[in-house]
Amino acid sequence: MLVPLNRRITSHPILEFPREKSVAFMFEGKRIEAYEGESIAAALYASGLKTFTRSYKRNRPRGWFCGIGKCSSCLMTVNGIPNVRTCIVPVKEGLNVRRQKQGLGTLPSSLYENPEVEKFDVELAVIGGGPAGLSAAITAKRLGCSTLVIDENFKAGGQLIKQTHKFFGSKENYAGVRGIDIAKILLKDLNELGGNWLLSSTVAADYIEGGKHVLIVPSLVEPKIRVIKAETVVVGTGARENMLIFPNNDLPGVYGAGGVQTLMNVFGIKPGERALVVGAGNVGLIIAYQLIQAGTSVEAIVEAMPRIGGYFVHAAKVRRLGVPIYLRHSIKRAIGKESVEAAEIVQLDENWNPVEGTERRIEVDTIVLAVGLTPASEIPAQAGCKLTYVPELGGQVAIHDPDLKTTIPGMYVAGDSSGIEEATTAMLEGRIAGADAALSLGYKPDEAERLKEKAKRDISEFRESPFGERPRKGKEKVWSMMEAIS
Amino acid sequence: MEYDGGDIMKEAGILSKEEIEKVTPPLDRAEKGPVAVIECLEKIPCDACGWACPFDAIIKERITVPPKIDYDKCTGCGQCVLVCPGLAIFLIELDGEKAKVTVPYEFLPEPRVGQEVVALDRRGLPVTKAKVLKVMRSKDKTLAVTIEVPRELFMEVRGIRI
Ligand SMILES: Cc1cc2nc3c(=O)[nH]c(=O)nc-3n(C[C@H](O)[C@H](O)[C@H](O)COP(=O)(O)OP(=O)(O)OC[C@H]3O[C@@H](n4cnc5c(N)ncnc54)[C@H](O)[C@@H]3O)c2cc1C
Ligand code: SF4
Ligand code: SF4
Repeated sequence: MLVPLNRRITSHPILEFPREKSVAFMFEGKRIEAYEGESIAAALYASGLKTFTRSYKRNRPRGWFCGIGKCSSCLMTVNGIPNVRTCIVPVKEGLNVRRQKQGLGTLPSSLYENPEVEKFDVELAVIGGGPAGLSAAITAKRLGCSTLVIDENFKAGGQLIKQTHKFFGSKENYAGVRGIDIAKILLKDLNELGGNWLLSSTVAADYIEGGKHVLIVPSLVEPKIRVIKAETVVVGTGARENMLIFPNNDLPGVYGAGGVQTLMNVFGIKPGERALVVGAGNVGLIIAYQLIQAGTSVEAIVEAMPRIGGYFVHAAKVRRLGVPIYLRHSIKRAIGKESVEAAEIVQLDENWNPVEGTERRIEVDTIVLAVGLTPASEIPAQAGCKLTYVPELGGQVAIHDPDLKTTIPGMYVAGDSSGIEEATTAMLEGRIAGADAALSLGYKPDEAERLKEKAKRDISEFRESPFGERPRKGKEKVWSMMEAIS
Repeated sequence: MEYDGGDIMKEAGILSKEEIEKVTPPLDRAEKGPVAVIECLEKIPCDACGWACPFDAIIKERITVPPKIDYDKCTGCGQCVLVCPGLAIFLIELDGEKAKVTVPYEFLPEPRVGQEVVALDRRGLPVTKAKVLKVMRSKDKTLAVTIEVPRELFMEVRGIRI
């Protein structure tokens, strides 16, 4: 059921949502008014739709969750094409969108007969246009290398485009600048250098042919497949959000932190009225602050650990707004039938077991999970890189050296996909990988070396903080594995 | 059962008494005019305040060492309040029975000079009503709002609600 409702935010303390051009499309026979620049799923959410799909076996409702094309909660049939990730496909006048029966679409064979195939070559192909990928491309392009950044989203900038808060770090790495503004700076730099772009395009596979990488890149918005030959590849595909296990964790209204950020900060859509945030790491703390800026009240933050994981200053910000942070607490279950109506939280003992009798119901319509990220290692895995599981880096990552080289010649990883850290280190890693890629092709060796060494020094200084200890240990592990291999 | 997380849970994200003492500027300095109070004691990788200060009053020995401030160099200009990504810098000024406190603010509606607002402590609890004396604004939309509060609240008040 579609409730006539407009969840769009009209005034925001930091962001502006111009909404210059309106667009209309059909959803299950109803006309939906939207704005250019919105994704299909965002526009549907704005108009009040919460259930995007249903689970196959038990027909349970599923709604907006990750907002970056990395879960399957928003798959719908668009103009006859099934399983479209509607969260990363832009609205267009006249689209015909419907939900799929029990979540399953049917393949119409005729549509797939003759997609256009375009082939071309590039020296460095960068997969992912987040801070890591953009920095890699900027650095390599500056050194003279031809570059192409490929991103499956229709907006470039990765996670940066939803970070409304100011970043920490050093001056040359944009400390004190909002993430959204860092994205603008990086995009401007790359455009001024004449770096090439390919948006709305997923890199589906990478294989080696005649010593070169061949990328298979289907478009998400037209029947077209690009086959791109590249001398070198930097993988900057970012991360996936972690799930937490509790009853009803699949209800619409339970979101990943990045998903809720995408809704409110990219599309200007209010996720809900009252929220519970799970996790008091930096991401959870920041999300709580941003929810309040978007006009959603935050009833509490629960954290299973006996201490706050994020920076004190981030915690202090939300405490000053009156948000309680309950340590040694977790969510016991979400309550609701078709979407979240409340949450039950509970205290945990030293062994992480719920303490009976401490359950409390909190009236919320929004539950935000900020319980960590997992590196998106699909491309390195498919390409045949040696992977390893490193808890300090958040999961499976391609084994790599301090230059970010993997076990496959010409393939680099950088940013969250090489280990979960943060945006500043993602930029620095991108610079290292981009410089090394250009160096390997013989471009300005002295300058490339200099840029690389500078970024390496910066990154090791950055990791001197107690917060950098975990990723540093993780990185040291993979570096030594790489050394043992080669 | 009445819900009570215990001390540590209630206090998480709030400076302890000792820490507040540590960050309090000398009172005679605060009598002379506005001065910065930096409530950032953790080793986080950040040096935004170090280069934001036009008077070199904030020293960052290393990016991961918490900032130190030279109260004699600080003019109370408020640049650091507008830049600090941790929103961890405030200004205070003591003036007889009154104190002026400047806090960073990034919410709507925007406060207006002369308006009466609710002054909040570090827990977000209301402690007094206060008049807005001044509103400074950064290019990227952070406000630094100066309010007048009773003198004894100069190290208590750290936020406002409109
Ligand atoms: C809620 C939240 C708050 C955060 N706050 C901060 C903060 O305050 N400070 C900080 O430093 N960091 C913060 N971070 C972390 C920071 O955003 C990330 O560490 C950083 O964005 C990682 O950069 P990246 O380039 O590796 O990946 P991303 O920014 O995630 O970019 C990856 C890109 O790759 C694209 N992609 C993925 N797979 C494919 C494919 N197969 N084909 C084509 N394109 C693909 C994606 O569309 C995406 O655009 C936060 C993260 C979250 C989720
Ligand atoms: S108030 Fe002005 S002079 Fe004082 S530390 Fe901040 S920026 Fe420097
Ligand atoms: S700018 Fe703010 S958060 Fe950064 S070191 Fe200075 S006081 Fe701390």
